[in-house]
Amino acid sequence: MTKKVERLDRVIIRFAGDSGDGMQLTGDRFTQETASFGNDLSTLPNFPAEIRAPAGTLPGVSSFQLHFADHDIMTPGDAPDVLVAMNPAALKANIGDLPRGATVIANTDEFTRRSLAKVGYTEDPLSDGSLSEYKLSRVPLTSMTVKAVEEFDVSKKDAERAKNMFALGLLSWMYNRPTEGTTSFLKSKFAAKPAILAANLAAFRAGWNFGETTEDFAVSYEVRPARLPSGTYRNITGNLAVSYGLVAASRLTGLPLFLGSYPITPASDILHELSRHKRFGVRTFQAEDEIAGVGAALGAAFGGSLGVTTTSGPGMVLKGETLGLAVMTELPLIVIDVQRAGPSTGMPTKTEQADLLLALYGRNGESPLPVLAPRSPSDCFDIAIEAARIAVKYRTPVVVLSDGYLANGSEPWRLPDTASLPDLSVEFAAEPNGEDGEFLPYLRDPETLARPWAVPGTPGLEHRIGGIEKADGGGGISYSPANHDLMVRSRQAKVDGIARDVPPLEVDDPDGADVLVLGWGGTYGSIAAAVRRVRRAGSRVAQAHLRHLNPFPENLGEVLHRYDRVLVPEINLGQLSLLLRGRFLVDVIGYTKVRGLPFKAEELAGVVQEVIDRAE
Amino acid sequence: MPSENGSARGFEGLKLVPRSEAAYKMKDFKSDQEVRWCPGCGDYAILAAFQGFLPELGVPRENIVVVSGIGCSSRFPYYLSTYGMHSIHGRAPAIATGLAASRPDLSVWVITGDGDGLSIGGNHLIHALRRNVNINVLLFNNRIYGLTKGQYSPTSEPGKITKSSPMGSLDSPFNPVSLALGAEAGFVARTVDSDRKHLTGVLRAAADHEGASFVEIYQNCPIFNDDAFEPLKDPAERDLRLLRLEHGEPLRVGPERGVVSGEYGGLRVADVAEVGEEALLRHDAHREDPGYAFALSRLDYPAFEHVPIGVFRDVRRPSYDALMNEQIAEARAGQGEGDLAALLASGDTWTVE
Repeated sequence: MTKKVERLDRVIIRFAGDSGDGMQLTGDRFTQETASFGNDLSTLPNFPAEIRAPAGTLPGVSSFQLHFADHDIMTPGDAPDVLVAMNPAALKANIGDLPRGATVIANTDEFTRRSLAKVGYTEDPLSDGSLSEYKLSRVPLTSMTVKAVEEFDVSKKDAERAKNMFALGLLSWMYNRPTEGTTSFLKSKFAAKPAILAANLAAFRAGWNFGETTEDFAVSYEVRPARLPSGTYRNITGNLAVSYGLVAASRLTGLPLFLGSYPITPASDILHELSRHKRFGVRTFQAEDEIAGVGAALGAAFGGSLGVTTTSGPGMVLKGETLGLAVMTELPLIVIDVQRAGPSTGMPTKTEQADLLLALYGRNGESPLPVLAPRSPSDCFDIAIEAARIAVKYRTPVVVLSDGYLANGSEPWRLPDTASLPDLSVEFAAEPNGEDGEFLPYLRDPETLARPWAVPGTPGLEHRIGGIEKADGGGGISYSPANHDLMVRSRQAKVDGIARDVPPLEVDDPDGADVLVLGWGGTYGSIAAAVRRVRRAGSRVAQAHLRHLNPFPENLGEVLHRYDRVLVPEINLGQLSLLLRGRFLVDVIGYTKVRGLPFKAEELAGVVQEVIDRAE
Repeated sequence: MPSENGSARGFEGLKLVPRSEAAYKMKDFKSDQEVRWCPGCGDYAILAAFQGFLPELGVPRENIVVVSGIGCSSRFPYYLSTYGMHSIHGRAPAIATGLAASRPDLSVWVITGDGDGLSIGGNHLIHALRRNVNINVLLFNNRIYGLTKGQYSPTSEPGKITKSSPMGSLDSPFNPVSLALGAEAGFVARTVDSDRKHLTGVLRAAADHEGASFVEIYQNCPIFNDDAFEPLKDPAERDLRLLRLEHGEPLRVGPERGVVSGEYGGLRVADVAEVGEEALLRHDAHREDPGYAFALSRLDYPAFEHVPIGVFRDVRRPSYDALMNEQIAEARAGQGEGDLAALLASGDTWTVE
């Protein structure tokens, strides 16, 4: 029987199940299949902080959303076209996000009276008619999986655990995904456990075959490869891209990479990744705490390494004092803050961009440092290199504000030609720079205002640095009022001057709009998708996005004043808005949401349209 | 250990540091900064002993780095002509860890005090010790907060009257040597600011140890805690109380007393006349089991009745820095030098024409 194949231009799928059901793995494999097929894609993993929350409960639901298309797309999508619900909790937690007419594939085996009661269903939603607005497919995923693997010598538990591969096989059939990648992935993952491997492969095949043979699924779908610029692509998450960017920066600067870090969600994957690249000379130090992580990185920087520390909000706060020391000692240092919902512990696995003011101002005294923010998962690679460029050129700590969405979300990335990456080679001080043959560790470069970087082991340049105010030039302890005023202003001028060395803010404004939408960091995709919708609907709107938060690009004030209205969407309570108002006296319109999730394009489009209508 | 005058084979702890041709003198390690401790401060004596000892290291001056935290003792780096960092409160062991782990060619010294190292920086200290980072930690213990003008410290005696404890401190103190041993330190020693010869000998042993060395230095604060160690300094009293630890030698406290095995694995001080010379234990600094060194460290109380000084424990194991560099070498030997383009293209890739 040959089934009908329907062509779609884009699809949004959400896999949802218990934390132990392997939904992240399933989503990740489907993503890899989709990437290698050549679709554009964007992903949104969403999982609880608990490793194994009580089984079958709402807090234990873990999901993975994937948006893929035959054209370039900006976001993981607002509302799923397909929901795979592995149990009642997954259905209940996610059904509210589905538009009418969406497909629900439910694992009927888990819809037992007990499981239903656990999440408050008094009737079985699969049979009480409450899902009549959706296309419901009732699939006994668990029992079919168990049946498919019964010939292998695996426990009942291991047999049931393969059900995610059955689901993956079914969805792979539905969307005509290539399966070689998953097969070889499983072979390598379970190389040491042949029975488990055989069971997982069998479950995967059984899921595919089920789709092909059952009458429940009459149609499969085709989403053609996207027409992306030519090149070699891979799928990449923000955390992986940061890691690669740091390794690249080490090569480009010629400095060995030293990472001092304490495990913290959602930044730990950078530590995991970099610890695997020792053959690049990467040293990773899992410190006793956040303070030691940044302290060791600063110590390594003093010794001539590219010092890096990675963290999230609560750790960022702890690092504050050492960042002040880095500002004072004027040593290069890269701080990656993968922002998460706060305050305090907040919601560790949920995204937010509320550390902007912390990064800018969260230290005692006048303590300026550059702040950057990547705009997409793959941009994390470029931003890591940009952070290294600024840090080593200006001898300053640099904060990079990534976020949980960028860190775990993924998109296709066109691999850069490594030969085209910028040369960031560093010259350490080698000779005394004083008129009398002495070494002046705080004698600034007249152009960059950076001080010399003289590393231990260099004869004749022995000097002492530290947190006490320095005498201009010589760097000795100074309590002189005039010197302190000069040094505070010099440190500020050094950071402010970086504005001359960053690209001007580009504005996307094809129609000469009156309204500008200005964002920063991880909201780029949502804003761009919203702007597209608004333009498609016939309105004019301009978009600009900040990657440099301190200093701002030199033309920012001019750009702001060019528009009648400026809308600033942020996943905080208006931190960039505060800065723009204070700095440029522009009464920007803030739009804020702090739900631990990225903006939805449709919602933002509505906000943009409203501001346009107000202006007219 | 190298001999006192010239280090023929060099110090074990410095085997990755280049050797120096220069014949340094003490004055070569004095900086141009005016020393600004209070008159009579024990820090002067420690500084002089340290400056006097550094030429013995036999390494280029530029390969020596002194890292400190905050407190009176932490002004130390300014007065030395080496590289140095006067960092922030308690964090020197962490900063020194990054420096030492990334630069095995440096001799790294951490200068700290009882407040800096045991209070605000206690966590970094214990972890640097257990990791066995190749650093030498000199903890100046004056049993008081000096720079903040006289509050009780984590080593102050219980009941101590200070500005912040007008009715007496409620805290039980740390014994720094016991703490370091509990933190798995491979090298733990104690010395006294006023005994330059002993102090220099301990510095020498510390430098010779590969990995983290911990040295507690009893240091007098003449302003806020004067004569805290007086019983150990008065010539008549001193020799009755000090238990000088010499590897292989019997453990003696003054002419009449010595250390013998006690109950439950502990040690006790006994009259030699009573127990006999042969009952005295001989000091073994190289025992793998830290229990003996710990028991020794518990002989201090009460009130300096008998105080061990010298090297409690000197046990060799590979330093953190050496192991870290070995892993890098091993990864390179196995997989070759990293190739950036290959790294970026690792995993599933596809090509768009």
